[in-house]
Amino acid sequence: MAVQRTGERLVGQSVTRKEDRRLLTGRGTFIGDMGPLPNIHHAAILRSPHPHARIRRIDVDEAGHMEGVVGILTGDEVAKMSQPFPVASPSSPPYYSCAIGKVRFVGEPVAVVVARDRYIAEDALDAIVVDYEALPAVVDPEKAVEPEAPILHEDLGTNVAMHRVLNYGDPDRAFAEADLVVEERFVFPKYASTPLETYGVIANYEQASGVLTIWSNFHGPFSMQPVVARALQIAQNKLRFIVPPDIGGGFGIKSSIYPYLALIGLAAMKAGVPVKWIEDRREHLLASSSGTDRVSYVAAAVKRDGTITAMKMRIYDNVGGYFRAPEPGCVFRPLGNYVGGYKFRNLHVDAYCVLTNKSLTGPNRGYGCQQLYFGIERLVDQIAERLSLDPAEVRMRNLIPPEAFPYTTPTGGIYDAGDYPATLKKALEMAGYGALREVQKKARHEGRYVGIGFGLGVDPSVSNMGYVNIAQTPAERAKSRPKSGAVQATTISIDPLGMITVGLTTTPQGQGHETVVAQIVADELGAHPDEITVVSGIDTFQSAWTIASGSYSSRFSAIGTSSAVMAARKLKKKMFRIAAHSLGVEPEDLEMQGDKIVAISDPSKVLSIRHIAGLAHWDPQSLPKDMEPGLYTTYFYSMPTAKPPDEYDRVDSSNTYGFMADLVVVEIDPETFEIQIKKYVTVHDAGTILHPKIVEGQVQGAALHGIAGALYEELAYDEDGQFLTGTFMDYLCPTFSDAPTLEIGHIVVPSPFTVLGSKGLGESTTETAPVAIANAVSDALSGLGIKINELPLTPSKLWHWVRQAKSPAAGPQ
Amino acid sequence: MEAFADEAKILAGGQSLVPLLNMRLARPAHLIDINGCDELAYVREADGYLAIGAMTRQREVEMSPLAREACPLLAEALHWVGYLQTRYRGTIGGSVAHADPSAEIPTALTCLGGTMKVSSARGERVCGVEEFFVSYLTTSLQPDELLTEVLVPKSDPRGGWAFLELSRRHSDFALVGVACTLSLGGSNGKVTAARINLAGVGPVPFRPQRAVSCLLDQKPSDLLFREAGRIASEEVEPESDYHASAEYRREMVGILVRRGLEKALQRAEERLTDGTG
Repeated sequence: MAVQRTGERLVGQSVTRKEDRRLLTGRGTFIGDMGPLPNIHHAAILRSPHPHARIRRIDVDEAGHMEGVVGILTGDEVAKMSQPFPVASPSSPPYYSCAIGKVRFVGEPVAVVVARDRYIAEDALDAIVVDYEALPAVVDPEKAVEPEAPILHEDLGTNVAMHRVLNYGDPDRAFAEADLVVEERFVFPKYASTPLETYGVIANYEQASGVLTIWSNFHGPFSMQPVVARALQIAQNKLRFIVPPDIGGGFGIKSSIYPYLALIGLAAMKAGVPVKWIEDRREHLLASSSGTDRVSYVAAAVKRDGTITAMKMRIYDNVGGYFRAPEPGCVFRPLGNYVGGYKFRNLHVDAYCVLTNKSLTGPNRGYGCQQLYFGIERLVDQIAERLSLDPAEVRMRNLIPPEAFPYTTPTGGIYDAGDYPATLKKALEMAGYGALREVQKKARHEGRYVGIGFGLGVDPSVSNMGYVNIAQTPAERAKSRPKSGAVQATTISIDPLGMITVGLTTTPQGQGHETVVAQIVADELGAHPDEITVVSGIDTFQSAWTIASGSYSSRFSAIGTSSAVMAARKLKKKMFRIAAHSLGVEPEDLEMQGDKIVAISDPSKVLSIRHIAGLAHWDPQSLPKDMEPGLYTTYFYSMPTAKPPDEYDRVDSSNTYGFMADLVVVEIDPETFEIQIKKYVTVHDAGTILHPKIVEGQVQGAALHGIAGALYEELAYDEDGQFLTGTFMDYLCPTFSDAPTLEIGHIVVPSPFTVLGSKGLGESTTETAPVAIANAVSDALSGLGIKINELPLTPSKLWHWVRQAKSPAAGPQ
Repeated sequence: MEAFADEAKILAGGQSLVPLLNMRLARPAHLIDINGCDELAYVREADGYLAIGAMTRQREVEMSPLAREACPLLAEALHWVGYLQTRYRGTIGGSVAHADPSAEIPTALTCLGGTMKVSSARGERVCGVEEFFVSYLTTSLQPDELLTEVLVPKSDPRGGWAFLELSRRHSDFALVGVACTLSLGGSNGKVTAARINLAGVGPVPFRPQRAVSCLLDQKPSDLLFREAGRIASEEVEPESDYHASAEYRREMVGILVRRGLEKALQRAEERLTDGTG
């Protein structure tokens, strides 16, 4: 839809995406397209076939002499050339970009070959001989904490990388006074995102200047820039990160590319040539990054009427072979919203991050929330069942009321705005909930298994980096500098002819940042969005970046847009001053009309933006005396509520909080146990909606990602630590044909903390879909005596569980 | 082909071979690309048979009015092969020569009693499915031989058929797949002929012989089909993997055989009543 510039507000309209023309015609600029330097060589990475083994010896002799091979990097050299990456937890074992002395998961990098082309590099991998001494492995986080478990890091002496006990309110008392206590054990699977574009890195080391330049599809947070600089022992201003304008999807996963930035950087330093490495799909599934798998014990103290008064959670979060920053984010990124949308004030959290022989973890769309809500929302259903109440009614009873906002949670979250009961009510209405229960009853009479499931969740966005310091005790934290970052910058310039260019540092991965920023700036500065050039991508030597820059934690719609508005307003203010000076009026007397600035008291006094731009660039002497010439500005927007954790372990771990209510109807084949999603209603409160079509796309994607976690995707390992799902034949990503038709609704309660009132939305339903489906399947099979406390659900698993419930002697699968 | 002997691989549609090459699981010294052999791409009638050139794209057969008329089971099976996109590229001959026992085309051809025409410098030979499919990804093709044509007997115009499959996600390899045909006798309506083949439960498309026998000369009924399913599930020896256990697969064989027979019966009855037969 082309937009005619008639002065109406563009924010809130589905304008044509600026990016689509180049993306749909195959003319994007992705890392794989880039050849920024001559003489680029190509890397291939030798990876461990063992889940746990000592490396006795690596022989690279034959490989090193192969025609076309220019360098080989092994763990010993990585140990000499670099330091371990810093992590928030005080007791974390050393983590380098390459295995040193020992491998701790299948796929861990062991050596890097640099060669003239990728074919030669891969051939050379076959010629490297590694002498491994295989060791027993452990993959289950509960087994890994048992005393007889194999220890991954001998120096640490335990597989517990982090353990924190957090207490809010008086949970013991609430449990003592409860009418009912419900407790369950939950198992949440390890899965990832599978962006179309895998990781890609190009590194070049200039010996003369000592500058290491790294091109990559890293999408932030740029706090990893100092992390990589420290690991490489390079001054931060000698380490240049460049991100191309297009990234082919990320979903959080590409945050964890940073060890490869160091590894390929070291390979380039060693080989003395620019080096390019594009991860292949097998490597991606084997060793990029994923969410954690988690075993949790969640208990709720409940009153007879269904009111929840407290919860207790014991969490075993599986971080894989090393404890890698920004972990323990999976446990603590949602800390501020640990109570979800519910008003109970007493909470006990006993959290372990456990090392096992699985691949490493990091941000994955929903970062920690799907694990959290799986426990809470499954438990709420079981409370309803035990009390013979309707699950919707139990939820309605416990939701935070709209008059309580902004609402401070017991864990320190400040929920900015929302109407949670109205959101749930809308979902019930859209689904025709009352009639659905009748349909279900009728289906049961016919021997069909139809179930209805809910998934409610608070959707945190714009993480406050301070949360990672919850890994330390308050006493440990007191000794170090506090952290609380949540800043985003936008740069806007107006050229001598009045045309606008906007520079982003939000490293978009396909979310349409260029489009939305053009809408915003067009509204603020009276331009047509097609005339505005928006430049995405980052160059840390030139862009206005901060440690919080990037595209993660759904921060663009809240904070990226806020910085864009403020930058535009800053420039607008300057133009008003120039106009006022030139027209001989007060700036307060001026208003913008389209692309002109007009005096309200005397409309004959008018200047076009083009004219003002001309003055600013061509005739600095005509400007007010104290004014800098030019029209160029950068605005750093900081969220007003981002503060470090306090002495009671409370932290506002995110800066805006949306809300969603999902209602799913499933039908299960009574013979094959195939699961069919018959209806999926999802209602969101993301505050002001900036671009409805992009929002719809985000919700569709988020839902399918969550459905994937519930039914299809798992990075699965056997008991001995061998990896089972190394290709798309076994790691099942749902495709278009597996996607249900979503019915999407919105409740709009604008955030008071962002300039436009918008909150994040990109993760949303990915956090609630897994539990909503689990609840629906549980409901469908409720007559058969099974509880769905584990994902993903496969027909084979369901069949076994049901058979086992019928005759306990049958044994587990 | 003679010159390269077993150092060469034939490249047809590339939908199985190219992933194997990409993952370095197959490393032939030479590839012989037969995509230019247009004369091997055809669907035609030949003497009571449907003749399909080895290089015919799967989608073409799936949409061919002739194939749908003469061998509706094959057309139905093709719907389950990979994705629409891969079917435009993948060939009939390529899938047959790849001989994956969970693949749909070998299963359907085995059910229909297809024969393979194989050529080499030594001459031409024709071999039946039982002789052709040897084991997992293994056929009786010699290194110097090329599969050129697949011949499928035209189906009983009054019979019924079904191809059903169970997979975790549409287009995945079958956990269990079933191909079946059913013919009924004129006046008393008894089963005069039946064929069943299963995908994904053995090294080659498996025929549950006892289940087939129990159907013959019987009046079709719910009970009979259940019995056939039960027997079939006893005849298979499926394996467990990450996606499904052996026990589940065995149970599903029984259910899919029954459902397949029900669908085949329904189609046979429809053909009898509307006189298309």
